[in-house]
Amino acid sequence: MKRSIIFVLFVLSLVLITGIAFAEDVVKIGVIFPMTGPFAAYGQMANESLKIANELRPQVLGKPVKLILLDNKSDKVEAANTASRLVEKEHVVAVIGPLTSSLSMSAAPILEKAKIPMMSPYATNPLVTQGKKFIFRACFIDPFQGKVAAKFAIDYLKIKRAALLTDISQDYCVGLVNFFEKNFKALGGEIVSKTFCKTGDQDFSAQLTAIKAKNPDLIYMPNYYAEDALIAKQAKVMGINAALLSGDAADAPEILDVGGDAVNGLYFTTHFDENAVQSELGRKYLEVYHKKFNKAANTVGALTFDAYYMVLDAIERAGSLDTVKIRDALSQTKGFEGVTGTITIDKNGNAVKPAVIKKIEDGKFKFVTIVNP
Amino acid sequence: MSWESFFQNLSNGISLGGLYALIAIGYSMVYGILRLINFAHGDIFMLGAYIAFYGMLIFSLPWWLSLIVSIILTAFIGILIDKGAYKPLRNAPRISALITAIGVSFFLENLGLVVFGGRPKGFYRPHIFDEIITIKGVRILSLTFYSLVITAIFLVLLFYIVYRTKTGLGMRAVSTDMETARLMGIDVDKIISITFAIGSGLAAVGGVLWAMKYPQINPLMGIFPGLKAFIAAVLGGIGSVGGALLGGFILGIAEIMLVAFMPQLSGYRDAFAFLILILILLVKPTGLLGVEVKEKA
Repeated sequence: MKRSIIFVLFVLSLVLITGIAFAEDVVKIGVIFPMTGPFAAYGQMANESLKIANELRPQVLGKPVKLILLDNKSDKVEAANTASRLVEKEHVVAVIGPLTSSLSMSAAPILEKAKIPMMSPYATNPLVTQGKKFIFRACFIDPFQGKVAAKFAIDYLKIKRAALLTDISQDYCVGLVNFFEKNFKALGGEIVSKTFCKTGDQDFSAQLTAIKAKNPDLIYMPNYYAEDALIAKQAKVMGINAALLSGDAADAPEILDVGGDAVNGLYFTTHFDENAVQSELGRKYLEVYHKKFNKAANTVGALTFDAYYMVLDAIERAGSLDTVKIRDALSQTKGFEGVTGTITIDKNGNAVKPAVIKKIEDGKFKFVTIVNP
Repeated sequence: MSWESFFQNLSNGISLGGLYALIAIGYSMVYGILRLINFAHGDIFMLGAYIAFYGMLIFSLPWWLSLIVSIILTAFIGILIDKGAYKPLRNAPRISALITAIGVSFFLENLGLVVFGGRPKGFYRPHIFDEIITIKGVRILSLTFYSLVITAIFLVLLFYIVYRTKTGLGMRAVSTDMETARLMGIDVDKIISITFAIGSGLAAVGGVLWAMKYPQINPLMGIFPGLKAFIAAVLGGIGSVGGALLGGFILGIAEIMLVAFMPQLSGYRDAFAFLILILILLVKPTGLLGVEVKEKA
């Protein structure tokens, strides 16, 4: 009996030693996604595409890439905890994620302090990278998106009176609404009603009654897909005929499932459409994605794919696993031809790239137009 | 505000309040008997919605049959939770049972995440509930009327059980004094099981109606409705079924009216509900219809 225990311990220690030896030969990249909670749909879409990216390009500097995925449960506190764990326990050279603005903002200070570059695929709030040297993103920022939305409303939809319905518990939504309001007014539009909600709210009847009384031409509601679907559904019951315009957070197939007929006609500004793909890499991605999942590619996935490639490109150019050198290489990313367009990283770590406008029609996403920076 | 908007808001408030009331009654019943705040109640509500969802999706049952199946299964789960988690602690200090209830709540939420997945799912709304009725410019979803009718039917059934049957007599006896009731030959454990079954069954009804009204379900959907129903139960006087009903309607209407009259405060709706809870605990801790209960020695 005793001897067998000693044998087991021996084998275990062997495994441990080889494990450590093995660990030195891989490039560890941390991944923080919301795999559960309200943003779980994003986390799962991002993870699908990350796997494709990893399959297409499994090595950097001649070493295999090892992705360490942690779930932040769509929770700000958990996002910070997972970042600490990646720094202290896993010793990663770079982090991809978290996906959304609030979650990224809680992880960013920890990674900044540890001097580990972070590349968020989907956090669009400007504050995420502001004043930080090690924080980057693969998407455009909210001021640009808010401006595009305002321009689109005035020039394309030809409307002048808008109501706002903001999710005040998300930095992302508050930011977008502010930039929209500023640009919309500057272009001669009028804001007739401002109402608010919180992530997880299910009843919007009171806000919509207040909006209906003002009879606007448009409701700008750049909230997450779960809230947007319910708002659209309840607006239909109330008989509100205003056009609905949202941001990139509405860009999840779940909105079709929950919203049904009610989301038909909803417009949103976003990062990606299959019809807008122009690069070689983008076509390759679509081909593999379709073969593997047999469905249309989504925005979060495309951005995550670009985030992975930009990080690997930077490691390749840095020529070492030194996190400061990787950071320098990332900040010099220029004209990267990704799935979501040609990306240049500006001095604040933000991606400068075109925006796409889409619409829901007959229960499907439909490409409307591209707006260049 | 125009009259039209006012009545629109009022009808929205009644529709929301009716659902709060239905959930609050389950809280109140269990508290009335065990002096236990069953914090897992909101998650039982979530299970009710999911059971009906899978009933319609996988077994293609009609909605009313899914509702009945959901009530029965959820009632059964309620009994299981009592037997597994609360019964072993019957003679322990009350705080232990309360902490266990919070534990059960977390357990059910995380079990839901693992079993059902974190992605929100669209809930099917049957056509008869999906019509829009317009009365003098006030637009109301037909579901609102039906859910009030369904709530009323279950309430009549509940009052019948509590006040007209032997089981109900037993429930009232156990709630007044558990020890004496046991000495009088009442099977206390059976009564408690029945109470959990009824409370959970009502939570299932609430869950299904909620999911039809806000057709999107996720494993954490029970948290806020559960807390709101708890506030409603305390507001009305926890332990009193009539009080829970009253509290639910007051809270639903008050929440909607807050947003209606002060749209700029609409983001503080939940804070407002908790403010009501704090005020009622400060001013009249027994609630509107509650009676003072002497602490058991």
